[in-house]
Amino acid sequence: MKLNRRQFFMAGSGALAFASSPYLLKKAGIAGENPIRVANILDKTGILNIYSLKQIQATAMAVEELNAAGGLLGRPIELIFYDSQSDGQYNSKYVTEALVRDNVHVIHGGITSSAREVMRPIVSRFKGLLFYNSLYEGGVCDRRHVSTGMVPAQQLEPLMDYVITNLGHKRCYILAADYNYGHITSKWMQKFIRERGGEDLGVEFFPLDVNNFQPAISRIQSAKPDIVLSALVGGAHIAFYRQFESTIGKDTIALASGSYGVGLEHTQLSPKEGNGIIIATSYVDDLDTIEAKAFVKRFQSYTGDTSYVGEYAEYGERGIKIWAEAVRQAGSADAEATIEALSKGSVRINGAGGIYTVDGKTNHTTMDIHIVVGQNQRFNVLQSFKQRPPRDTQMVCNLHQNPNDSLQYEPEV
Amino acid sequence: MEPIINYLFQIGFSISIFILISLGLAVIFGMMRVINLAQGEFLMLGAYFCTLCTQSGISLWISIILAAIAVGVFGIIVERLLIQWLYGRIVDTLLATWGLSLLLVGGITTIFGPQSESIASPLGNISLGNIFIPAYGLFMIAASIAILTLVYALWRHTRYGLIVRTTMQNPKTASTLGINQSLVYMLTFGFGCMLTGLAGAILVPIVGAYPTLGLVYIAKSFVTVISGGSLPLFGTITASSLFGTIDGFVATISTSVIGEITVLFVAIFLLRILPLGITGRMTRGV
Repeated sequence: MKLNRRQFFMAGSGALAFASSPYLLKKAGIAGENPIRVANILDKTGILNIYSLKQIQATAMAVEELNAAGGLLGRPIELIFYDSQSDGQYNSKYVTEALVRDNVHVIHGGITSSAREVMRPIVSRFKGLLFYNSLYEGGVCDRRHVSTGMVPAQQLEPLMDYVITNLGHKRCYILAADYNYGHITSKWMQKFIRERGGEDLGVEFFPLDVNNFQPAISRIQSAKPDIVLSALVGGAHIAFYRQFESTIGKDTIALASGSYGVGLEHTQLSPKEGNGIIIATSYVDDLDTIEAKAFVKRFQSYTGDTSYVGEYAEYGERGIKIWAEAVRQAGSADAEATIEALSKGSVRINGAGGIYTVDGKTNHTTMDIHIVVGQNQRFNVLQSFKQRPPRDTQMVCNLHQNPNDSLQYEPEV
Repeated sequence: MEPIINYLFQIGFSISIFILISLGLAVIFGMMRVINLAQGEFLMLGAYFCTLCTQSGISLWISIILAAIAVGVFGIIVERLLIQWLYGRIVDTLLATWGLSLLLVGGITTIFGPQSESIASPLGNISLGNIFIPAYGLFMIAASIAILTLVYALWRHTRYGLIVRTTMQNPKTASTLGINQSLVYMLTFGFGCMLTGLAGAILVPIVGAYPTLGLVYIAKSFVTVISGGSLPLFGTITASSLFGTIDGFVATISTSVIGEITVLFVAIFLLRILPLGITGRMTRGV
């Protein structure tokens, strides 16, 4: 049949109107259920996935448990997963897709600080909400960003206290990953070391794909520190712990870390390589509390895998539970309402690592901190501190006074 | 005295790594002119096989040999299924071997997961006054020298070596002398893969086995083989020594990153003044 232009346009616009009717109906809330959409952007593949795999499962487990209990505000939660493949360009691509195409109410994602800093401006632009469930170097002051993991005042300060004051290791040598987390974390370590009368003999940075640490180890030997502090990240950097033990050994020079353990490195190294490494953490499987043991049991039966669960898995559940509590207090799943509820400072839940409270002025979380030491591919708890606030970020950030702040503040050394 | 020994050890260690990772590629690319982008993944497979054997109770030294043989056999299978149809077709070989590389990385990740597997380094450390050096590093240096010697002996002083060199130099004439060209290609490719698998197995106690292990080494091994020039064995020895010395020295006085950058700059400079590689103009020798 021959269509002239007028007939074509009439037919075309009719078809378009017909095809968009589901979308229009959905927008009006008439057709179908109206789920709350949660985006989960984590690295399922690539060298950084040692941190993400269990967190992906824990996030899914938390959402499933919420749905089994009747959903959130009576609505089911729909979890949409995006694999950022350990590559920042995918973080920016997927956060945009999630906010623009999939219209999610919240994003739980980002493992590395570089991933987070790629996503934050996009979340800001599209007026979303980002839950960053990972330990990091602190200082982000942004009402659309919520940190549920440890920051240096919570993790590194007690660790330096223990290492320098309790153990007496005053001469320190720092090795860190060569990106924003490593640089800023090493500055915090230097600050805390010097405040306690210690000495930082040297700081070295390694790109994420370096796995030959022999030259660094020979430099450590000439410097003769009491302890080596590691802020190394990723699958390739695990080689350092092997090479360190086979060359120097922890009996000669001690080893503490701000990043060891969260990538389940202790399950991959031999007992000899892992014994004696001191870390500070907000959750390990070996915590002797009812909530910790229950979390391990739930997770292992959910995944069918009895291997070590670890802190990053717990962060996945923690993020969802804190967000869900904020949504309940807000009475709405919209980003603005949730942010408003968080700023009141009354979002508080009981989690596997203890009680978590979100500080309304900084959107960071107060939590219990434990100093633990590696033993036989697990950890022994040495000392615990209850309810440590995110003091470092609280010193520079006040979202009540400056709600439009979106900077990451760095320490001066 | 100790700093000198430390420098010598770092240089020797660095040279041995270059030799180990490049020797297999020297056979496959240097002799057969096959651009195998999956060479790093053969190294990774050797590392995984050695880890699996050791974790199930076999002694490390035997596991290393088993891993080499296993990767050699796997190389023969790859040659029969993939490479033999693509001799002389450079772009197609590039594409096919890159696809193979992606397949192997993805396959290993699916089977074993992305985390690194490891075995502890079996030998302790040796103390020289104030510093320690890992005894396994000394083993690696010794192993790389031993492997070089064996390969040289094989190439120069055995009938097999003669046949291979003949076939690579002039396949048509060699086949008129009754040599089975296809069989020689297959065995040589397998041999090259065996050397790379051996390297992966030897490196495992130091760096561990993870799916993207090959990507760390592939660029360095190509740079070494190309800078070496037309003689695969001598070229690899000279290029590895040069780069290993620079890398070991610079990395010890500065950082590993500066060491790698310096090596790359030297390689660029070298290829500028000697475009055919170090042994580019030599025709005699291996």
